[in-house]
Amino acid sequence: MSSSVASLLPVLAAAEGGLNWQGFLFLLFAALACSLAVAVVLADNVVRMSFYLVLSLGSTAGLFFLAGAEFVGAMQLMIYVGGTLVLLVFGVMLTAQEPFVAIKTPARDKLLAGLVGGALLAVLLQAAVSGPAWSGSMVEGGNAVAPSSGQPSATPLGMALLGVRVDGDVASGEQSPADGQVRSGYLLPFEIVSVHLLVVLVGAAYLARSKRRKSSGGQGGGASTGGMR
Amino acid sequence: MAEYFIQTMGLPGWLTWSLLAVLSAVLILNLMAGGALVFIWAERKVSARIQDRLGPTRTGGRFGWLQSLADGIKLLAKEDLMPERADKMLFRVAPYVSFCASFAAFIGLPFAFDMVALRLNVGVFYVVAVLGLEVFGVILAGYASASKWSLFGAMREAAQVVSYEVPLGMCIVVPVMLAGTMDLVTIAEKQAGWFTNWYLFHDPFTFVVFWVYTTCAVASVNRAPFDLAEAESELVAGFHTEYSGLRWSFFYMAEYSSMFLVSGLAAILFLGGWNGPVPIASLLGLSEGSGESTGAFVRLVGLANLLGKATLGVLFMMWIRWTLPRLRIDQVMTTCLKYCTPIAAVMFAGAMTWLWVFPGGVLNLNDGSRRPGEIREGWLEGPGGRRAAVTDAPVEDPPVLAEIAEVST
Repeated sequence: MSSSVASLLPVLAAAEGGLNWQGFLFLLFAALACSLAVAVVLADNVVRMSFYLVLSLGSTAGLFFLAGAEFVGAMQLMIYVGGTLVLLVFGVMLTAQEPFVAIKTPARDKLLAGLVGGALLAVLLQAAVSGPAWSGSMVEGGNAVAPSSGQPSATPLGMALLGVRVDGDVASGEQSPADGQVRSGYLLPFEIVSVHLLVVLVGAAYLARSKRRKSSGGQGGGASTGGMR
Repeated sequence: MAEYFIQTMGLPGWLTWSLLAVLSAVLILNLMAGGALVFIWAERKVSARIQDRLGPTRTGGRFGWLQSLADGIKLLAKEDLMPERADKMLFRVAPYVSFCASFAAFIGLPFAFDMVALRLNVGVFYVVAVLGLEVFGVILAGYASASKWSLFGAMREAAQVVSYEVPLGMCIVVPVMLAGTMDLVTIAEKQAGWFTNWYLFHDPFTFVVFWVYTTCAVASVNRAPFDLAEAESELVAGFHTEYSGLRWSFFYMAEYSSMFLVSGLAAILFLGGWNGPVPIASLLGLSEGSGESTGAFVRLVGLANLLGKATLGVLFMMWIRWTLPRLRIDQVMTTCLKYCTPIAAVMFAGAMTWLWVFPGGVLNLNDGSRRPGEIREGWLEGPGGRRAAVTDAPVEDPPVLAEIAEVST
């Protein structure tokens, strides 16, 4: 995520010279995402927190759409915002003893969280500002130049995940010959990761199931025996 | 359109884009509001006829045409109530969340060839992702009302929508697989020609998938028989128990727009989009590209086709709403997990096998009418031989970016 946002920095730099609409939208979405993320931390009601989280993640999706990464943006909406939905439901279910339970954070925890968060922010800011490739090479005369075919685009990556190395074949100047001779791309790692995720899903379903069955019969130890079987 | 504004009228880029954005937004808002007015009237008439009644007959003439308008005025004049213990901010904001999700999904939905607010090359994915967010407003409303009926309704809706996204996504993957792209414009263009080219009639598996999609779509927009979230015999009115007036009407508008949206999506994915059952335009030798006025005419015909198909879909939903009784929550879950999901999975595998066994279609009806020049990502479907051609050409930018570059330079 950080690299995609960082690739927008030239747009921001262009905005300093004279505000164009991309710079304006970038600033708008970025300010929304940041302020709503702060609101998530400061809110004390779990449903309000998740509501702010949804808006913050949605603004991040807006940044992706602004960068032309529509697939990542839609993915952000589907996975993160949709996942927050489930989080919200669990939050409501777990705190539904009385309406609108407020969760108070002790001052000690706030201080600790502020330290950790501030340190992380400092590291990220340093990395974002010091990157040589991001220092405004896309900016010409105050206008942001949209990435042309020379700029990195998501299409070669997607094609590589499907097993076709468009970029590699172009870079080496080598014409890919007829059937089956194209480079393999990242199809195998992609498939391995997918199968791994599937295994995790099946395992999670299995653990949850055996635990419930055990606990209805007798108390305790359900999960461990279920895992060992 | 953007080029027209910039070159002919000499407007600066940012003004052009703002104008276009406002124009698209106004058109979509009008479609949503006007559609809701028409469909609420239609719902009254359809339900009345199914129950052997007359429905509205007096307001505005013979058929009660103006009934929805009268309803709207009544809603505007209603007192806006809010429960004393409600979470005020969330209570106020919830209807807009529902409405905005529905509105945002319309941005990606094409209404005719290139008549789309924002052409995304992942259009299907975007529409489905955004449509799933509508349930947020419902959950917020149910929670913020501080009423147990509302909360029950919201929880039911959450469980239902989250479950039905699985088979719905699986059904949508099938036309995406057949077309080789997630671009809604391209998917519809690939079904041009006679109605036998529609993906509904592509093979027996897609025919079944369409009906599974219909079931899941009805469930995902909370229409009867899946309207547990507002089961009035059990939960008063479910999540909108505490709402009245304009806020309530926002929920209603979101519901009817979502119905229209899933019907439009079904029309594009399975029923040929803006291509009519008989290719009148191409029989007459007209196409979108031929001349300014004929192209516009063809697009208007396509628009009428798509709107007609989507309206038929909405009417179909009304028909089943007033015909079938409401399911229990366990029956809803059984329908999803024990029937829809396995059927969709098997049909997905079947359609894949069919594509492998009959790559050109059974009767070879599809080949003559395809227009490969207009299919942007057609190279994806070719075997290795065509990939070499791809590597020569520069990687194509999304059209939006190309236009941005044009504007800013």
